[in-house]
Amino acid sequence: MSTPHMSQGGQLGLDAGHQEAEWRMARAESLTRRSLRRLLRKRIAVICIVVIAIFYTVGAFANFVAPYGYSKQNLDLSFSGPSLHHPLGTDRNGRDTLSRNIYAARTTVVVTAATVLSGFVLLPVTLGMLGGYRRGFVDAAIMRAGEILASLPGLPMLVLITATLRPRWDHWMEHVANGLHWGGFITEGFADYFLIFAVLSLFGWVGGARIVRSQVLTLRNSEFITAARASGATTARILFQHILPNIMPLIIVSASAGLGGIAASEIGLTFLGVGVQPPHPSFGALISDGAPRTVLEHHPELLLVPAAFVASMIFAFNLLGDALNDVFTSRAA
Amino acid sequence: MEGLAGYILRRLLFLPLTLLVVSFATFYITRWGPGDPISVYSGQYRDPEAFARVRHKYGLDKPIIEQYGIYMKGLLLHGDLGESYRYRDRTIPEVLRPKIWVSVRLGLYAFILTFLIGIPTGVFAAVKQGSWLDPFVISVFLFFQSIPVLVTVPMLVLLFAAKLHWLPAGGFDGLFSTSMIIPTLALSLGGIAGVARLARATTLGTLGEDFVRTARAKGLDEFTVIGRHVVRNSVVPVMTTLIGLSVVGLLEGALFTETLLGIPGVGLFLYESVKGRDYNVILASVLLVTTAFVIANLVVDLALIVIDPRVRDSGGSVRA
Repeated sequence: MSTPHMSQGGQLGLDAGHQEAEWRMARAESLTRRSLRRLLRKRIAVICIVVIAIFYTVGAFANFVAPYGYSKQNLDLSFSGPSLHHPLGTDRNGRDTLSRNIYAARTTVVVTAATVLSGFVLLPVTLGMLGGYRRGFVDAAIMRAGEILASLPGLPMLVLITATLRPRWDHWMEHVANGLHWGGFITEGFADYFLIFAVLSLFGWVGGARIVRSQVLTLRNSEFITAARASGATTARILFQHILPNIMPLIIVSASAGLGGIAASEIGLTFLGVGVQPPHPSFGALISDGAPRTVLEHHPELLLVPAAFVASMIFAFNLLGDALNDVFTSRAA
Repeated sequence: MEGLAGYILRRLLFLPLTLLVVSFATFYITRWGPGDPISVYSGQYRDPEAFARVRHKYGLDKPIIEQYGIYMKGLLLHGDLGESYRYRDRTIPEVLRPKIWVSVRLGLYAFILTFLIGIPTGVFAAVKQGSWLDPFVISVFLFFQSIPVLVTVPMLVLLFAAKLHWLPAGGFDGLFSTSMIIPTLALSLGGIAGVARLARATTLGTLGEDFVRTARAKGLDEFTVIGRHVVRNSVVPVMTTLIGLSVVGLLEGALFTETLLGIPGVGLFLYESVKGRDYNVILASVLLVTTAFVIANLVVDLALIVIDPRVRDSGGSVRA
């Protein structure tokens, strides 16, 4: 938590960065770019960005990076320890642990990217701006719906929804896959990703929408919006050209703060058996495979490898979220 | 703070509406999804005629909306939560009560431990502000916060049960047994960072107060100043927030801890009921959990308002 007193001093232009700030203003650099530049001067933030970038690259290109397929079995090598061919050993079915973890990263990458984009950027921005700008009934409806969603215990509801809807969902997805002429939609696990991403977005948008709405409510009465309206700007132009750039920093902060939670939710759902279905790997499935007592005693690496991936990834997400929060809200708030 | 009473009232009045929406959504989703309790318990090879008869007996062959009407009438007029399909001839409160009691005791332990570690850590970090110790201790607990409970539990089992053989690897036999240690640790480790940061922030605020300067000017030693003057004034708001947040966190953590360690609490029970399509038990648990969740969130929001007036001005609740 930063102290409010200091940022007030900053607004008066009394701090050491005064000249620099003026120089940047002269170049008309946007708030977002200026804050991102400041972010890159934080060592921890840069380390986090690098870690996350590596993680996303490996996950996105899992097909090329992983030495084996995620379901490639070699039953002669069941539970073999680390070796030259299998650097991190194999699991019960003789599947390569390293490859399965890399493919699990792909699951996390797809789910976090899709959910952040829809549930933490698109939905909150659309609904928040709609409510804040239109006000009246639309606003009330959106906010009340959000209030109810926010008052639900997230994880139990997610479990309930994904568990009971699964067979119906799979049935729909077959239709979708047939329509798309893309069999890989189901065999590569995208149908599961889609279900998880849909329910996470459904529960995720509320916080962001509240932030966006309250900002829009403040901004819509500000002078530059009045000026824009007086000069004949359309509602769309006001919303996207004038208001959106001003709420962008807050959206970035809230989206980055959500990343760790999204990743953890997917892992949790899969762990409980209602998320990504076998044989598609997810860290949740890997941990659930490595957690039984007998496996733990004889092959702890089957738990330790995914645990290390998950812990470092979520730690990086959380630290980056903190850093972004510091950088953006010290001036934007 | 005259708006505060209205705010609390509005939030509380919202609870019945929330419960109504939740009950309908849960009722509909569970019954609409394929599979029903009768088909789960009658297995794969069943007599279709008997199957239809049992479904009819429980009213499961009626349209969902009609079933909901019947259920709500029973609930509102007689306080009847329906019967469990898995535990026949036992009412839902009868089945649920022992589970709640287990989870509450577990949660209480975790709560106490979070408090015992979190507050001193936060105060320590605040006092050491400016030295490397402040970011260091906070980062350590931030790291723990980043590890999901479902990772913490098997890691603790690996360390204390499989390798060191100090503790049992699961189960539940009462409040005063070693089997409580792993779940308590797992449930509290994640929450310590939040508590410590809050305690740190409030302590930093308190350290700047005049009465602290006065206490120092009186010549009191630093230990007394921190222990008696600072902590007392910064701990109360932290406590209130902590109670709410821990209910929220514990509810979610319980699902994994209880499933992994085989502890017969609400989390494991809810999980099994979802798997077994025990409609009425699911609905009752969800309503119970939602009520606890709403009240806990309200407590958190109120505590935040008391701590930080900016939250009140921003006109909405801020979820941590």
